[in-house]
Amino acid sequence: MAFTLFRVDERLLHGQVLVGWGVRLGIDYYVVVDDALAESEWEQELYASGLTEGVGATFLGIAEACDRFEELDERAGQGALLTRGTTAMRHLAESGLLKQRRVNIGGLHAAPDRSKALDYVYLGRSEADDLVAMKPLVRGISARDLPTAPETPLEQILKSVGRS
Amino acid sequence: MSDPVRGVVLAHADLAEALVRTVEQISGVTDVLLPISNEGLRPEDLRSRLEAAATGRPSIIFVDMSSGSCAFAGRMIARGNDDIAVLTGANLPMLLDFVFHLDMPLPELSERLLHKGRAGMDAHHASGHARPDGP
Repeated sequence: MAFTLFRVDERLLHGQVLVGWGVRLGIDYYVVVDDALAESEWEQELYASGLTEGVGATFLGIAEACDRFEELDERAGQGALLTRGTTAMRHLAESGLLKQRRVNIGGLHAAPDRSKALDYVYLGRSEADDLVAMKPLVRGISARDLPTAPETPLEQILKSVGRS
Repeated sequence: MSDPVRGVVLAHADLAEALVRTVEQISGVTDVLLPISNEGLRPEDLRSRLEAAATGRPSIIFVDMSSGSCAFAGRMIARGNDDIAVLTGANLPMLLDFVFHLDMPLPELSERLLHKGRAGMDAHHASGHARPDGP
């Protein structure tokens, strides 16, 4: 299994991911699963501009990511799979691809329809629904912005926003 | 005469605020640079905030790093807009020069500030002296 990190983070390939997680875990390649980004070459170039030498990124729509998951997961090296929101990660989970995997919630920020769970995790109804649906389909879900930070279990996150 | 160039400093955590405050303390020039932090903002909210700050007249967006959420936001706003320049690797020499040259045309000013920023980098060590463009 090459994927060592499955992360939900609205900022995708940003400093905290590339430096905080990527360097520490020795990530060689990133797979970004996002339908809109998969269609936008200039945005892909922009996101990939932050990668250091020898580190690659692939941008895929949700359907293609499901189709190619096994192939990508068997690559040599250490991989990280990123989604912008909970919906794409839920789709992967519902496709049966994340059974033995832990999902990291790394950045869902404040929005009018969201309530605060942590400084870096705000959930609306749809995000909470997605996480509740994913829970039995994955090995675990927790929030942690950086590998050196404390981990907050899903149950606590949901409780903070009035869900169980 | 064209409008003076506006400066926006876009950086992680508290860095933008600190850079702007420091430039004001050193130069005595105030209300020329606007600090914006990415902290706690969704990418689309950061872009909205930046767009509100940097459109309507020529602007330079000074970004702390050449990649990451701040740089992405700046480059997205500047895409296809001749009135916006994005300078990454923002530092004090670059910003201090900026506040005294607001009336320069945007392309020339951007070049000048890039040079100032790079010229402000240096390394001193007992075994030698290195600059970013080579030993």
